[in-house]
Amino acid sequence: MLQLSIFLENAKGRLAQVLNLLAEQGVNIRALSLADTKDYGVLRIIVENPEEVAAKLRQHNCVVKLTPVWVLKVPDRPGGLAEILSKLVDEGVIVEYMYAFVEKENEQAQVVLRVRDKDIMQAAMEKVMAERN
Amino acid sequence: MDKTELLNGLRKTIQQVLKAPYYQKKLAEVGIFYPADVKTLEDFQRIPLTEKEDLRQNYPFGLMAEPLEKIVRVHASSGTTGKPTVVGYTREDIKLWAQIVANSLRRVGVTSNDVIQIAYGYGLFTGGMGLHYGCEELGAMAIPISGGNTHRQLMIMRDFGSTVLCCTPSYALYLAESLEEAGISKEDLKLRVGVFGAEPWTERMRAELEARLGIRALDIYGLSEIMGPGVAMECLKCNGLHIDEHFYPEVLDEEGNILPEGETGELVFTSLGKMGFPVLRYRTKDLSSITYGTCECGHTGWSMQRVSARVDDMLIIRGVNVFPSQIEEAILSVGGIEPHYLIVVDREANLDTLEVLVEVSPDSFSDEIRELEQLQDKLKAKIEDTIGISARVRLVEPKSIPRSEGKAKRVEDKRKKIF
Repeated sequence: MLQLSIFLENAKGRLAQVLNLLAEQGVNIRALSLADTKDYGVLRIIVENPEEVAAKLRQHNCVVKLTPVWVLKVPDRPGGLAEILSKLVDEGVIVEYMYAFVEKENEQAQVVLRVRDKDIMQAAMEKVMAERN
Repeated sequence: MDKTELLNGLRKTIQQVLKAPYYQKKLAEVGIFYPADVKTLEDFQRIPLTEKEDLRQNYPFGLMAEPLEKIVRVHASSGTTGKPTVVGYTREDIKLWAQIVANSLRRVGVTSNDVIQIAYGYGLFTGGMGLHYGCEELGAMAIPISGGNTHRQLMIMRDFGSTVLCCTPSYALYLAESLEEAGISKEDLKLRVGVFGAEPWTERMRAELEARLGIRALDIYGLSEIMGPGVAMECLKCNGLHIDEHFYPEVLDEEGNILPEGETGELVFTSLGKMGFPVLRYRTKDLSSITYGTCECGHTGWSMQRVSARVDDMLIIRGVNVFPSQIEEAILSVGGIEPHYLIVVDREANLDTLEVLVEVSPDSFSDEIRELEQLQDKLKAKIEDTIGISARVRLVEPKSIPRSEGKAKRVEDKRKKIF
């Protein structure tokens, strides 16, 4: 899954501007996270057709990056996320950042995961999935 | 100084610079092969100007007019890019420079009884050592404290009973504020004279410094290429800065024509009597005007008005010369960055601040904050390494820095609005 990462200056109204731009393009944001520092932030969003949306944003002078991330379904109960994460960590996965959202239709909890090494993650996911089945 | 005497002095300088092959070639182009070829002042005025670029081309020692074993000291100042410009002094030059500084101090009533706190930087910069040797020549007590470490400056100023303070005017203001914060009143101090230079300042700043520190605040001018501090300094009458007789000034317009007395243009100096690194018609890039006359203090000769502006884009930040091109070079040396930047200079609590805004490009943008911070740190380190003073780096969005027609606006100096 590709996530859109957008560089944002810490300026009044800048986030609203970018969100309005997305709204004008008819883009529905399924998940969102905002990382911030004193001077700037990075807006990370999950949308349909990320490549297309990225191209449109670039036309509006946004610095956009498509970042490969994993979206995992998580059992919606205490310890659900901890369980999965522990297994991944045991396989050597290093998490760079993570944020969660809830799927509307079935109230399913999901997390977006950005990892340091995607091959390790790939192998870990295959192993974890096999164990689940 | 009458005309014959001046021409003799200029011929001596020509004789000295002719020892450097570079000057030989330059002077041959205008038909000057021997000092005697300069018969009139008009002949002298045909000599091509010397620029910082000439010094750069002859880096490091190409323009020294004495063998290197006779050079006892070098100083250097920042160049527009990369290499600094290097100047050298013989033992006699150092002595001459010390006498010039001592004379300037004597003129404002400083004597061997004074305790002089020298808070200019010591090192390649001429400020610290220039004043220091002048103090010793005068027989005063020099405190070579150098710049920075404000707390210690205040302690020594009070405990040692400093009577004269030498530093940049902005640092003097900062010290004044720090004194107030530390609860030290000017009555607790013995300060009476301030010798401030190495950056432009105004009458308003003078009034403030005099009131807050209880001193007479005087302007000193100089640049390493000519000698260092002491090329000119105000007397207590403050009718311009009296130029020492070892420097022959000219003021030129943009086409290089000589301007009459009192008109503002670029200051150009020729050294008289300096041996190690004599200069002929050196362009200071400082805008000023000069007048000839006798001051009530007794000085007869040329005086210059306080420097009003620069011809080029050089910035003076915390007393250090900074060229935007140096910052550009530093930014570009960090890969993946586009040369869209803005240098913002401001003054907070009387200290100059330097902030560099750099546009993030698709290449340099990382989704991870950690990497963006690393990029920011790398830029900061590179810039500080190049210009030698601390800077803040802020990443901004592309196209957020205003583009103007033709030459991009690279510098925003907000200090001018305050003083």
